[in-house]
Amino acid sequence: MRRTVGALLRKELLVELRTLESVPGMSLFAVTTFVVFHFALNRSSVEGDLAAGILWVTLLFAAVLGANRLFVADADQGGFDGFLLAPVDRTAMLISKVLTMLAYLVVLELVAVPAFALLLLGAPLGRALPDLIATLALCDVGIAVIGTLVAALAVQTRARDLLGPLLALPLLLPVVIGGARASSPLFVSGHLGSTQGRWLLSLALYDLVFGLIAYALFDFLLED
Amino acid sequence: MTPQYGRGLRTLSILTVAMLALALVLVFFYAPLEAEQGFLQKIFYVHVPLAIIALSGFVIGGLLAIQHLRTRDSRWDMRSYVVIHMSLIFAVGTLITGSIWAKGSWGHWWVWNEPTLVSFLIIFLLYATYQPLRFAIEDPERQSRYASVFAITAGAFVPMNFIAVRLSSAYLHPRVLGSTSNLPGSMALTFLVSLIALALLFATLCKLELTAKHTRAQVRALRRRLAGDDELPARRGRSAVPVISATGGPAAGGAG
Amino acid sequence: MPDARVPALQLEGLARNYGERAALRGLTLTLERGGTLVVFGPNGAGKTTLLRILATLLRPHAGRASVLGSELPGQAWQVRGRIGLLGHEPLLYRELTAHENLTYHARLHGVGQERVREVIDAVALTGREREPLRTLSRGMVQRVAVARAVLHSPELLLLDEPNSNLDPAAVELVAPLIGPGAGPTRVLCSHDPARGLEGADLVLGLRGGRTEMLRPASEVSRADIMELYR
Repeated sequence: MRRTVGALLRKELLVELRTLESVPGMSLFAVTTFVVFHFALNRSSVEGDLAAGILWVTLLFAAVLGANRLFVADADQGGFDGFLLAPVDRTAMLISKVLTMLAYLVVLELVAVPAFALLLLGAPLGRALPDLIATLALCDVGIAVIGTLVAALAVQTRARDLLGPLLALPLLLPVVIGGARASSPLFVSGHLGSTQGRWLLSLALYDLVFGLIAYALFDFLLED
Repeated sequence: MTPQYGRGLRTLSILTVAMLALALVLVFFYAPLEAEQGFLQKIFYVHVPLAIIALSGFVIGGLLAIQHLRTRDSRWDMRSYVVIHMSLIFAVGTLITGSIWAKGSWGHWWVWNEPTLVSFLIIFLLYATYQPLRFAIEDPERQSRYASVFAITAGAFVPMNFIAVRLSSAYLHPRVLGSTSNLPGSMALTFLVSLIALALLFATLCKLELTAKHTRAQVRALRRRLAGDDELPARRGRSAVPVISATGGPAAGGAG
Repeated sequence: MPDARVPALQLEGLARNYGERAALRGLTLTLERGGTLVVFGPNGAGKTTLLRILATLLRPHAGRASVLGSELPGQAWQVRGRIGLLGHEPLLYRELTAHENLTYHARLHGVGQERVREVIDAVALTGREREPLRTLSRGMVQRVAVARAVLHSPELLLLDEPNSNLDPAAVELVAPLIGPGAGPTRVLCSHDPARGLEGADLVLGLRGGRTEMLRPASEVSRADIMELYR
């Protein structure tokens, strides 16, 4: 299984490096969106709930954008068949795709969060960083799992670019709620709030439940 | 042996109409007028049962989808489709009655601090993609399979969503439309009768739709057999409705 | 260890539907190991469906299918690594090189790097294997696809019009790998009566999913095959 996941990951990395389809697009989209928000809200700096909202909406949409591309190469170039013909555990594809999506999200956040701090955030981020990273990590897992599941569903349909986001956005709302509520106390200057544990807990619960569901259902999407 | 679809439909319908009549009588003549909200509060007897039934329906749709994936029998997919379809209609009913209630008692057509209403909006947005998803997949077997995966995921999402929305609004404002606990006896009875009546309505409508679809499938199978198998042209255009495939049950038993 | 006494293929009443239509109905045949089954028939006759079922990519809806001794779909996992499929799609990533594609498949099948070298040489692409596939001609891509199909030395080859996109020289080149004398049991879908009958043991004619003809190759003439397409 590890060998299979390794082979799949290597393939994903190679294809992404050659085409640069997903990661640059997602990151650029996030930064551009911050600029759009600046003009749309007519604000130079945001704090608290507003800041959390802007960050999470942007991350969510950038993630959905990236998830859309996740299976496209496989669907269009016979990657599913090639994999299905091999004597390997089919869950390996789910694992490799979730890990790939996680990697995309980490790179996205490495660009987007500093950009956000620079462009829009009115509060210093320093001491809030560990809490923020914990929140991002938990949310990333949820986004990666749902993103992979929905992308696999959508890619073999006719309206794949439309259906992906339509399915993903409602499903990811609990992640947005958890992420935004957890991080908004961190974006307040002066008095440093801390993340309420209850949000992290509910995010973890979400990740667990949908992780298990994706694990159980993914194979059914691979068959012809 | 061909099963008899539609057996018991008449009994069920009669029972439903009777219960609905009883519920109407109780709501208008038996249940007391509520102190604060007056007559408008009676919408509660429609709104809350609709919500409960719709939510249960979505979860049941997920359970039926699990059966479909386990047995690969397309009849389970048909049942799942009908239940989800009906629940979506009841969900719209929930939103509309909730909105009317909100307008009447709070002055706005929409309120964000009523977690049930908000959750329903999200769930409605999610399940509204069910039929477009089905419609976008041509291969009938794949359509059924993908729809089942969706139904299970969305079914698990329903409780998750409720928890998340509840958590997020709990500490902000008191609930606008009131909760269902601590109901005085007469209200509780009316509520119960109303719930049962609407549940029966749901069941009857589902059974009706299932019967109609199964019968149509049987007729098609017979026509195909008479015409010498695949002389029947394939359906023009795509369809979001599940097809009971030739091996999906006794309806097309010998044709295999 | 391949059991030489068990036939390569044993199909009984094999059927598969597409919604309410039948893509394949009641197919029954037996193919011995090392033999070649050639399938003819117009488009939509069910040839590709049959191949995909045998490749374990599709589940049968009715009937029995035993491939290399294993029942489908229950024991499909047992047989997966022993089948090679060469379909209409090359099943290769265009952005990757031949070497990368073949190494990927080699890892999936648990095959070593030396074998990758071997097949690249066998399809005469040494020297071009480090270029992305999208820069290669269709004929070369088809050759890489052939390499992919035989990479794991399968006991059963499923070939869907394998010589399309190949010029006569290339056809000669890949013959030792996928042609009549190659060794593995073969199921070949073909539109070319002359070429298709070469080296065939059993001929299956399909139309509308039905078996129109099932005879040893020696009893089949070119005219019989043309009948199918009428």
